[in-house]
Amino acid sequence: MLIAVLAGLIISILFIPLGKYFKGRLSVTIALLPIGLFLYFLSFVPQIADGKTFSFHYDWIPSLGVNFDFYLDGLALLFVMLITGIGSLVFLYASPYLKGHKYLDRFYGYLSLFMASMVGLVLSDNVLLLFIFWELTSISSFFLIGFNNEQADSRKSAMIALGITGGGGFLLMAGLVLMGYLSGTYSIQAMLTSAAMLKGHALYGLILFFVFAGAFTKSAQFPFHFWLPGAMKAPTPVSAYLHSATMVKAGVYILARLFPVLGGTDYWTYPLVIVGGFTMLYAAFHSIFRTDLKGVLAYSTIAALGILVFLIGIGTKESLLAASAFVLVHALYKAALFLMTGVIDHETGTRDITRLAGLRKVMMPLAIAGLLAALSSAGLPSTFGFIGKDLIYEATLHTQGIWSMVLTALALITNVLLLYAGFLAGIKPFSGKLPEEYSHVHLPHWLMWAPPLLLGILGLVFGCFPFLIDNSLVNPAARAIANARIDASLKLWHGFNIILLLSGITLFLGTLLYLFRKPTAKGMAELARFDRFSPQTIFAKSALWTQQVATWYSNIMLNGYLRVYLRRIIVFAVLLLGYKLIVGGHIYIDWSKVSSVDIYDVVVLGILIGAIVLTVVTPSRLTAIVAMSVVGYCICLFFVFYSAPDLAITQFTIDTLTVVLFVLVLFRLPPFLNLANKRAKTIDGIVAGSFGIVISLIALQVLNGPVNHEVSEFYGDNAYKLAKGKNVVNVILVDFRGIDTMFEIVVLGIAAIGVYSLLKLRLKPSEKE
Amino acid sequence: MELLLILLIGILYASGIYLLLRRSMVKVLLGIMLMSNGANILIFLLGRITKGKPPVIDEASKIFTDIYADPIPQALILTAIVIGFGLQSFAIVLLKRVYSIINSDDLDDLNTPEEEDI
Repeated sequence: MLIAVLAGLIISILFIPLGKYFKGRLSVTIALLPIGLFLYFLSFVPQIADGKTFSFHYDWIPSLGVNFDFYLDGLALLFVMLITGIGSLVFLYASPYLKGHKYLDRFYGYLSLFMASMVGLVLSDNVLLLFIFWELTSISSFFLIGFNNEQADSRKSAMIALGITGGGGFLLMAGLVLMGYLSGTYSIQAMLTSAAMLKGHALYGLILFFVFAGAFTKSAQFPFHFWLPGAMKAPTPVSAYLHSATMVKAGVYILARLFPVLGGTDYWTYPLVIVGGFTMLYAAFHSIFRTDLKGVLAYSTIAALGILVFLIGIGTKESLLAASAFVLVHALYKAALFLMTGVIDHETGTRDITRLAGLRKVMMPLAIAGLLAALSSAGLPSTFGFIGKDLIYEATLHTQGIWSMVLTALALITNVLLLYAGFLAGIKPFSGKLPEEYSHVHLPHWLMWAPPLLLGILGLVFGCFPFLIDNSLVNPAARAIANARIDASLKLWHGFNIILLLSGITLFLGTLLYLFRKPTAKGMAELARFDRFSPQTIFAKSALWTQQVATWYSNIMLNGYLRVYLRRIIVFAVLLLGYKLIVGGHIYIDWSKVSSVDIYDVVVLGILIGAIVLTVVTPSRLTAIVAMSVVGYCICLFFVFYSAPDLAITQFTIDTLTVVLFVLVLFRLPPFLNLANKRAKTIDGIVAGSFGIVISLIALQVLNGPVNHEVSEFYGDNAYKLAKGKNVVNVILVDFRGIDTMFEIVVLGIAAIGVYSLLKLRLKPSEKE
Repeated sequence: MELLLILLIGILYASGIYLLLRRSMVKVLLGIMLMSNGANILIFLLGRITKGKPPVIDEASKIFTDIYADPIPQALILTAIVIGFGLQSFAIVLLKRVYSIINSDDLDDLNTPEEEDI
């Protein structure tokens, strides 16, 4: 099981060194991965149908409670079958679709990564593991959306998708960790026992908020839906796979998975029903105004996701069953429609439905696929879509009181609009008269038209013979969501009842709409007027504002003037240290520790201060340098007074050298320009002065504290004993810390080389510029 | 005496910072030199000062018999002075080089060379 989950990850890593061999014809062989997984998981179907579940445990980081805990039940199996099944078709399809693309290997790498993370996501029992896989799907989706990375649009869409799903994932993690913390376990199955506790807990609302945020962003619910149409910038196989059949259903999956733990309360039902209901209506309505085939499909996908959220929100047995069935229904027909769109785009070079017509004459198998998918999406009797639609109506009708009317009406309107959208995508391009420009269009490689056809036929087969899947896939999934016994047998024919009537109305209205409303670009333009209020605009605006604020802030903070940075750093240091000094310790002068002052001390100090002041204020460079050297010599005198002869000699030598160098090199420079105005000088004076005061106070505080001479005594005692030297300072430098001194010499040597080369460097006049 | 040295350290630091904030490159360099002097004296002071007792063992004896000045700060400062000299000499030559190229001592002239090129 672990290998099954991680296989895709391993393969995608292997693609880094081996990818170049898979760019050509061999790329088809990669499809063996999803096909193998599909068959592997298929072998679980009979046992799962009997009500068994499987748990797998592999240690990863036991100390943190993060382990490879996998749990395979009906819900997981349904999703795994979709992921690997549709994955197989998409892997096969992509090979001719992206034939000759220079990054084909990369594409398959991303796709394998995605598939592995998606499989891992639905199988994880450990919520932290689940979160890791959740993020991996977001990341692989980011790469796949931005696959055409030379297009600015693709990059932007990828960023938006990552931003939204990633942000939601972050909140989801908070929710999952909170759940784990409260229930004391990170295993979802173990959390079931604390479901009642979690629902009654004060933080229940917060958990729901986090989980919903994660689910809504991933599953493109209003107001986060807009990343999904943007994600259609990805190559079409990706749209079919990630952004319709599988990844976007991860949000639905997490809601379904957590339903037994968190669901069934009012706090659960109302937000989901309202958001899901609004999303499905909003997106279905939008879908009929699109003229881009993928745009139509994107919005109808959002609407379908809305339906799923809505059904899980209702939370009755009927609705959960309907949700399980609809996941499958939708994946089958929507993936077929997407793959078909990909073929059309590939062969004709356009996806504009106002221009496409009559393609059935040149691409018959594809037209059949489109027709089957459209009919399934319409819910025509004898298609699987019909059963799905029936279940949805059954679910809405069986809610309480007034709700049943409202919800059914909602579902009805959505279904009518979706039917129209389905026809638009699946039938419109093939019907009517073939335009002259497309007469040369021919059928592509069979691997491109066979997958959508297969999916379309499956929709028909499952519709005619629902017993094929009702007990094997749909019922176990619903059972897993509801955590209760559900044994509904899916039937094509329920007899004459209100549900049949509703289906009939849907079909009738939708077909009317299709016959009398022609898609035009005008509708899009009309709709564009409301763009100002759309969440997308708000998102884009807020991103822009953030950027502007950041720019403004950077311009203030990082204006390129070093001394401004320096001033800020010093002011900050002064404030911080000053605060600590004022709050931390009381400042006093310990007179007992102060030694006496001799007259020559005072004299030298006076000269010193005078020289410093002169250095600061003098307008002449030479004066400043000379004053500087006076400062150095005076300090040298202090060293002499206070028992540091070595220091005095060093300081004297160095100071002399510096002055000589200074004068030699900078002699010809003009006098200082008076560059600063009075105000700047005052400010700098205050800043510098306060820093000086802070340093003095720190020195004073340190002097008041005790001093530890232990190390010094060690050196003093051992200078002669160990190193046979009587000048302790010298012994320290050349013996005890000899290696330090050696490196110091190296540093000096480097500086000397630098000085020498700078002096000798002769630039050509052109280089001076 | 300690108090006077503390005053001196404060002045050295303050004037060093003040010069660092100037636009003239030479002044910035002078500021660095003043500050490093301030730091040296600060270290010197923190090892406590002792008058007239250098950390040198008597000719006759093998270990200290009297009190003596702390040798560690002295060793540190000695290193600091020498390294400081390396820095200063390099900076001085660099200044000269910069001056000979842009013909200015003003730091702000270094900021936006690309604009001046246009």
